[in-house]
Amino acid sequence: MARSITTKQKAINTAVIWVLGLVMFFPIFWLIILSFKTESDAIMAPMEVLMSGWTMESYDAVNRRSDYFKFFSNSVIIALGSTFLGLLIAVPAAWAMAFVPGKRTKDILLWMLSTKMLPPVGVLIPIYLLFRDTGLLDTRIGLVFVLMMINLPIIVWMLYTYFKEIPVDILEAARMDGASLGKEVLYVLTPMALPGLASTMLLNIILAWNEAFWTLNLTSAKAAPLTAFIASYSSPEGLFYAKLSAASVMAIAPILIMGWFSQKQLVRGLTFGAVK
Amino acid sequence: MGQITIKQVSKSFGDVEVIPPLDLAIEEGEFVVFVGPSGCGKSTLLRLIAGLEDVSSGHIEIDGQPATDLPPAKRGLAMVFQSYALYPHMSVRKNIAFPLKMAGMDKTEQNRRIDEAARVLNLADYIDRRPGQLSGGQRQRVAIGRAIVREPSAFLFDEPLSNLDAALRVGMRLEITELHKRLKSTMIYVTHDQVEAMTMADKIVVLRAGNIEQIGSPLELYRNPRNAFVAGFIGSPKMNLIEGDKATAFDASTIGIRPEHISVSTDSGDWEGTVGVSEHLGSDTFLRVSCEGLDEPVTVRVSGDIELNYGDKVFLSPDSSNIHRFDTQGLRIA
Repeated sequence: MARSITTKQKAINTAVIWVLGLVMFFPIFWLIILSFKTESDAIMAPMEVLMSGWTMESYDAVNRRSDYFKFFSNSVIIALGSTFLGLLIAVPAAWAMAFVPGKRTKDILLWMLSTKMLPPVGVLIPIYLLFRDTGLLDTRIGLVFVLMMINLPIIVWMLYTYFKEIPVDILEAARMDGASLGKEVLYVLTPMALPGLASTMLLNIILAWNEAFWTLNLTSAKAAPLTAFIASYSSPEGLFYAKLSAASVMAIAPILIMGWFSQKQLVRGLTFGAVK
Repeated sequence: MGQITIKQVSKSFGDVEVIPPLDLAIEEGEFVVFVGPSGCGKSTLLRLIAGLEDVSSGHIEIDGQPATDLPPAKRGLAMVFQSYALYPHMSVRKNIAFPLKMAGMDKTEQNRRIDEAARVLNLADYIDRRPGQLSGGQRQRVAIGRAIVREPSAFLFDEPLSNLDAALRVGMRLEITELHKRLKSTMIYVTHDQVEAMTMADKIVVLRAGNIEQIGSPLELYRNPRNAFVAGFIGSPKMNLIEGDKATAFDASTIGIRPEHISVSTDSGDWEGTVGVSEHLGSDTFLRVSCEGLDEPVTVRVSGDIELNYGDKVFLSPDSSNIHRFDTQGLRIA
């Protein structure tokens, strides 16, 4: 017998999902509210905060105090740079693992994933020293490189699962049709894996954009991205909630908007192959 | 163009030897069918010729040139896959153009060849559609179109009709045979269906466990099977293979008699039996007759208008000039 869902169960499910969704969204919602308040209103009790007047003065103050576009452009370069560099390395790696696996392919995949289980702070000192000695501290190229390394296991894993879904016959047909390896990847594999590639790219951009540990520890001024921009407002001189909120909204807005428009693609990519 | 020679080629996957060293010569313009039960290595042999698998030892020559180490792209062969293996993101036209584009052919010549293939295979109506919008038969035509535009030195077919329904399969079988007559190119065709082998081949290669059991024209194999395996595999319905006393009477360990070489009578004959299930095909009827002393019922072909019912007593008489005799090894006794 097929499993049937009654209207009542449906209503309960919907309610639970809505509550969960609102709980998850609440911090962002509150952040946006606070960013439109004065500093004195922002530290009042929640109800009073809602009742108080609205103002843009925090945004004004943040704009006057720091150069948003410098941080923004650093974030864009680091997020896009690490993603593209990562894809450049991961596409051939995932191709090899999916289509010409060796005896140890599964082990290598697990080993790559295991690096994600390591607490990043454990390697902070060696990486910091390496960066210092090679002059990479506070450079965008250094951050591109380190974030690419951090996210590479995820990119390889995601691409590997997408590539596995592609019938080998089709790649063999391309080989029989005279395609070299490069042309096979360019004309046949890539177009077929496009949904997977796109969602991998989007997810990786989001991860790199939000990454705070390495970006905060390895930059100071020149290469600092938006994470550092937010952090600069949580200063020991006092709790400037409104300005901190305004800065945070400005930092997360671009990625939030991008995520909103690409959510269909993201969901499709992340559940690719799960439903057949 | 299109002569393929295989010398002492073997293939192992890990410790498992799928194909022991094997020799085979395929002449120019021949339609060769590799046939055998599943797992006999016929597809592997085809993939070795294609270059999609590397040989474990031995040599392959195409048109007299060594090809063992050439990648598939350089062998000048075209392949049609069981799954069609069309490029799902390209239109029919682009699918067919792909090998030409890879060869760097100029646009006018590309278009001329595509139009010609489309005309021959009746693809014109859906030339701009994607493979996903086509039926199985149409997809297989596109796959064949993609193979013929290259004018390859030989065509390789890997069970191309297995995914089609029965009616369509018969139609495509004729089309492929017609294509071979017209193009006169070498074709190597892999199938597990002995009917396809019998109807299409100039030369049949019967394989079992990677070994070649017999090579010959369809009628040679039908009339003079080299061993009991080939005898049982070629022909539909299968040849009756009979062991025991009835075989000893003919000085053999096993005797083989085709269903059409046994006559039926209701009053007298060599073997007595009872009619079991019969299959009425209209023109012919195949009777399954259980005889005393035999484990399996004997299949007999009779004319479609004979009235015999389940449980009737009958007598069977094998035509002694058409009895195949095999020894204990299963080999034919001359």
